[in-house]
Parts: sequence; C-alpha cells; structure tokens
Amino acid sequence: MKLKALLLTAAATSIAATASADITVVSWGGAYTKSQVEAYHKPYAAKTGTKIISEDYNGGLAEIKSQVEAGNVTWDIVDVEMSDAVAGCDQGLLERIDPSILPAGADGTAAADDFIPGTILDCAVANIVWSTVFAYDSTKMANAPKTIADFFDTSGFPGKRGLRKSAKANLEMALAADGVATADIYDVLETPEGVDRAFAKLDTIKGDVVWWEAGAQPPQLLADGEVAMTTAYNGRIFNAVASEDKPFEIVWDAQILDFDLWVIPKGAKNKDAAMDFLAFSTATEQLAAQASWISYGPARKSSAPLVGNYATKPDLAMGPQMPTSADNMATAIVNDFEFWADNGDELNERFNAWLAK
Amino acid sequence: MTDTSAPIVTADGTPLKKKLDQAMFRSRRNAFLLVAPLLAFIIASFIIPIVVLLTQGVYDSSFRKQMPTVATFVADWDGQGEPSEEMMQAALTDIVVGLTIDRSIPTKAAVRINREVSGATSMIKKLIRATGKWKIEYEGKEQRLSDVFRNMEDEDDSGVTLLDESERRAIGVTLAKAVIAQEAPVKAKMIKADKKWADIKYWQAMKVASKAASPAYLAAALDYNYSHDGEFQQRDEDRRIHVKLFWRTLEISLIVTLACLFLGYPIAYLLSTLSVRSSNLLLILVLLPFWTSLLVRTTAWIAMLQAQGVMNDLFVVFGLAADDDRFSLIYNKTGTLIAMTHILLPFMILPLYSVMKTIPPSYVRAAKSMGATNWTAFWRVYFPQSVAGIGAGALLVFILAIGYYITPALVGGQDGQMISNMIDFHMRKSLNWNLAAALGMVLLVFVLFLFWIYDRVVGIDNMKLG
Repeated sequence: MKLKALLLTAAATSIAATASADITVVSWGGAYTKSQVEAYHKPYAAKTGTKIISEDYNGGLAEIKSQVEAGNVTWDIVDVEMSDAVAGCDQGLLERIDPSILPAGADGTAAADDFIPGTILDCAVANIVWSTVFAYDSTKMANAPKTIADFFDTSGFPGKRGLRKSAKANLEMALAADGVATADIYDVLETPEGVDRAFAKLDTIKGDVVWWEAGAQPPQLLADGEVAMTTAYNGRIFNAVASEDKPFEIVWDAQILDFDLWVIPKGAKNKDAAMDFLAFSTATEQLAAQASWISYGPARKSSAPLVGNYATKPDLAMGPQMPTSADNMATAIVNDFEFWADNGDELNERFNAWLAK
Repeated sequence: MTDTSAPIVTADGTPLKKKLDQAMFRSRRNAFLLVAPLLAFIIASFIIPIVVLLTQGVYDSSFRKQMPTVATFVADWDGQGEPSEEMMQAALTDIVVGLTIDRSIPTKAAVRINREVSGATSMIKKLIRATGKWKIEYEGKEQRLSDVFRNMEDEDDSGVTLLDESERRAIGVTLAKAVIAQEAPVKAKMIKADKKWADIKYWQAMKVASKAASPAYLAAALDYNYSHDGEFQQRDEDRRIHVKLFWRTLEISLIVTLACLFLGYPIAYLLSTLSVRSSNLLLILVLLPFWTSLLVRTTAWIAMLQAQGVMNDLFVVFGLAADDDRFSLIYNKTGTLIAMTHILLPFMILPLYSVMKTIPPSYVRAAKSMGATNWTAFWRVYFPQSVAGIGAGALLVFILAIGYYITPALVGGQDGQMISNMIDFHMRKSLNWNLAAALGMVLLVFVLFLFWIYDRVVGIDNMKLG
C-alpha cells in the first residue's frame, strides 16, 4: 500500500513538472541569489504566475556545455561572468538574444542607450556591475592599508593574504601595485615583459598567500583570522559587514570592474519564458530593487537614481557602496574580456605552473 | 571383457562427453545471463563513455569541419613563407560560409587555434566585425553582410529555422564567391582588420589544428608542443606543469598509502584480537567517519588545522609554537597528506582486519612455545599471513588516492594539488575537454603500468579482500 502511494505521488509530481512552464534560474548562491530572488523572482512570479526554480552553481560554462552537448538542457537562464558570456557565445553554447525585447528605461531612454556601453552582447544581457576589491579586518590591522601597493607590502602590513586561484584579476592587481597606471594595465600585460613583471610582483607575496575559489570563502578567511587581507567580490564583503556586523573594510584602489549577465543555454526547454524573464528582470525597477539587497551596481543608468537604502537596514544608503560610485571609480580597472579571450589559456597555464613551482 | 574404446554413455544412450558438454554449456549460459544485466550496465555507463571521452584526447575533427577550405589548403602547405592571397581567400571563404550556417562556427574554430597560439580569438573576431560592415548584393538588394547572416537564422512561428543547414551552406558558398569577387584582393583588407593575419605562426597553428588524429593534446599533457612540421619541443620552463604534477600525484599517493599502512596495521590487529563486544565498538569508531560525507570530513580538517584552528591553539598553549608564528598545517601539501590519510584509512583497516581475523592465534602461540621471541613470532609467523590484507589495502588506498581531487582542491593550497585538479580545471574552467581527456589517458596508462608492476612484484593473486 505504502509503495503504491509513493509511486502515485512520484508519478503525479513528474506530470506536474512537465505540464507547467516552470523556469530554472541558475545563479551563484548566497546573498547574491537572495538579492535576485527578492528583486526578480518574487515580482515575476507574482506578475505571471510562473514558478521559478532557483539553482546554485559555482560559475564557469562546464554544466552548460555538457547539457548542450548531451541535448538535454535543464537550465533555462544562467547568471554568468562577462568572460564566460563571451566564450559561451563563441562556442555556440548560448541562444542569441534579440535586444529589441529589452524595455526602455523608466525615464524613457531606449534600452540600447540606457545600458552601460558594451553590456548588451549577442548572447547576453548584463544585470549588475560587480568588482574584485581587497578588504581587511579593521580590528586586526594596526594601520589601515590604503592602496593596492599596501596589499603587496607584507613587511609594512604583515599577515597572510587571500587571493582568488586564477590568473584573472591577480595579474592586473599585481601590475597596479607595481606602479602601472590603471589605464595602461592591459597594454603592459599584452607584452611578455609585462607578464613577467606581474608574476615577479606576485612572487613577492607567494609564500603568504591563501588561495580561495568560491566567493563565500574570503569573508570566512577574514573572519577566522586566517588572512590579514584578502581580495573578494565587493558584495560578499558588504554583506558580511551589513548583515553580520563584521568589522571589515573595503579598499577600492585598483578595483577590477566586471559584469554579470544573463545567458540562455542553447536549446533551453523554456526559451521563450526565459527570454521574458530576462527582459523583466533587467528593467529599470528590478535592477534598482536588486541594488537594495546587495552592493552590486545596476547595469542600467536609469536605475542609479532609484537605488535606495539597504533593505534590512533602512538607514544604510546603498549609493556609496556601489563599485560604480564616483569616489570608488577613481582608479578602477575595467576587466578586458577580449584580452582574456585571447590570452586566458596561456596565462592560466602559466599561472598554474607558477603555483605548482 | 568389455570394449574400452566404446564411449561411455548415459542412461538414454548419448555419450557422456556430449551430455557433459551440454550441461556445462547450460550452466555457463545461465551464469552469463545472470551477469548480463551488470555487464550491459558497465558497458553502457562506464566503458563506452570513457572510451568516447578518451578519444577526444587524440582525435578532434572539429576544425576540419569548421574551416574545411583552410584545412585542405594547409595540409599541403610547407608552413614557410608569407601568407599568400590564396590562403587569405580560403580563410575568408570558410568564415563567410561558417557565419551563414551558424554564426558561432568561426569563433569555435578560433577557440581551437587559440589553444595552439594566443591571440587567434581576436584575430578572427576582428575580421568578423570588419567584414560584417561590407555591403553585398543579396536577394536583389544591397545589404550589410552582418544583416545577411542574422537573417539566415529567421525562424517560423514554431521555432524552426526557415532554411535548413544544407540550404544555408549552399547560400554561404555562393555568398563567399560573391564577396571575394567583389573585395579581392582581400589580403590587405584582412591584415587591416587585424595585423595578426600576416603572422605565419597563426597559419602554422591552423595546420596543427587541421589534423584530426593528432598527438597535439597528448604532447601538451606531457608539457610538449607539437609543431606544424610534426616535431615535439619541450615547453618553456615557466609553462611546464603536468609532468611535475604526475610525479607529485605519485609521491602523495605513496606517502598516503604508507601512512595508512603504519596507522592502520596496529588498529586492525587490535580489532582482530579483542573480544567481539569491544571489537564491534571499535569497528563502529572506524566506520563512523567512513559513513560521514567526504566534504564534512575535509571541512572538519580545515577547522582543526588552520592557523587559528584547534591544533595550532593547542600548540600555542603548550608552548610548541609562538602565537604570531603558527604552523602552516593546511592549504599546502601537509594538509593534503593529513586529510587524505584520514579519509582513506578505513580502506586500509577493513581488508587488513578481515584477513587478520582468519589468522588463528594458535600459530603465534606455537611459535612462542618453541622459543621464538615476540618479534620473531610476529615477523616470521604472523606478518606473512597478513600480507594478503596489506596487498589488498595498499592497492585500494593507492588507486583511490591517485584519482583524488576534492580534498586536495579544498586543503591543498598551491603545493598540495594533484593531476586530477588539473583535469578538473580543464573540464570545468578552461573547457578544454580534449586536453582533459589526454591527461586522463596518461593517468590511466600510468595506473595500469603501476598495476602491472604490482602484479609482477607482489602478484595480484596474493590479494585478499576478506
């Protein structure tokens, strides 16, 4: 009897799963997914009645590639970094997106002019601007680090350093710390001498580095006292400060700006619904609403004036927390995805060899 | 006297030999039918996928399909001299045809060339952008090439493209001819789009990529470059990594196996000699971590070993380390060794225990009664009987260790990484599945070779799992 009931329930749920047009939205988890659930998923579900299944992943295109190649695409829309959006489109893993589905901004600006230049791609539309910054625990540092050079100065600022285990961001920061002007970073990195220079700078702190891979790790490393300073995604540090009252400080010098974009895997089962969700979630109001849940900047210019205060702490203004605020932008480096598409293979190989040395 | 040459027959008159063969055949068939589901399952879900994936390491025909004209041309090209107008036209033809069929075809080819030499991605993309602006007479009106390509993907209401692939290919070929007739000579224009088109090394890379069955990935897996003229050169010092990681994987696996043996042998001995009641309790203690999730155990080790962790706090309390100069026990090779030894220990203890339980205690007592010292009795009488368990446990731990990747990824830092972490990197991050397959193939051959040595030295028959 019990078995029969179980089978019937299983059959019923599988029928239900195929019948409704649920969409599976995949993102990075943690505070970031929460901000999207609050700003996109809930209003969209309320408006259309579509059920949204939220899944977490750890970035990269591996899952999308295997789903597309196996011809069984279970993800409908995925939040990826710029370099993956470009690479995925190049490798034919993503649906092309017609930019005419994007609504005009709340102030009437056409979508093409409203988005930050370069954030509407053939296969992707940006939702947020995020950045890689470095942060420290203010209760444990005798004098506060101010510049990226201080991050690489282990005698003036003793203690371990946390860095993401990848060539991207580390090489740029190393050059900035070595005195290269932020506007010239990629020109220098294009030359073999520039690459040697970046690795030589990284060599100076190699013995003190703890490497991290997932975005949730750096705040944890700081909280545990494992590292004195660490690079991190700015939103993760903000979240630790704002909702967990951690005494962390962000240093914006030589922050590396990057974008997260929505992409739709090629052959997604609910492609039309996913396109509709994409257009809805990147509208002015939704992007502005997301910025009240996490300190990532909206990809539309028309959203900026609507960005209010932190949702759970109404006296905390989000504006100054954004990587795109004027004060924080002074020495920002914008991630050059074309550079990384060309040189990523070689530099990552060299980075891995350097790590293993 | 009976005739001995007449065959022995059964009651129904058939020869016994035949009857026996029939019976044997039936039982063999039944046995085979019983294992058939398992065999089918293993072939379908294990052997075939592995073979298919490993093939990618030595066979990659994608570039030939994406840029067929170039592939045919470079096959007979000696790889020397300036790129000619003819070569440029071949590349332009493939790109126009590719874009007409599916706009991601030329960029896919670019990704392949870029694996041989950096910069090919932007070389092809810049050309796509530049040619997209060219105007061409198509369907009776002059339009931009980029618009022509986009309209190829027009779909009807049910989401099916209006033109199928062969129709688009035919249009592409006509289009390419028209473009070249209109724009020739194209060499200068292509070099203007990106000066890398004039650089011979990108054409040499295309020659390498155009070989479908090629040792290029295997060479890369062993830190060699496979050049366009079929030679192997060792990579620059600062790009060599795989061979080093293969040796490190071997080193870590051997140390973990030995550590498991030294730690596990006494425990297994204790388990096998205690009363059933207390040995069961002890066995549960051995099995409890075995039943706990791998991730939980690894994370627990992070809490134990990190600089501000339990172990270091104890060292500071007992004055073994200064508070500001704690031991680095994790995020390095030490961390990998400790965590892997702990996680793999049950795989050593259980086979040892099951073998030791079958060794009668009377043998050691007999040896001692005849005057053997404790050591002699152990070494000459007990130990040889436990060797089968050591063989099984050591092989099990070693084979598991050599493919470990989650634990090194979490606690290995920079010098505790193993070759599996590199395979994982190419599967998940760089998406270079061909190189991942080649690395997997080298690892597989390596393990089979070690297995063969093991069989020659120890003998696989001497292994006993219980």
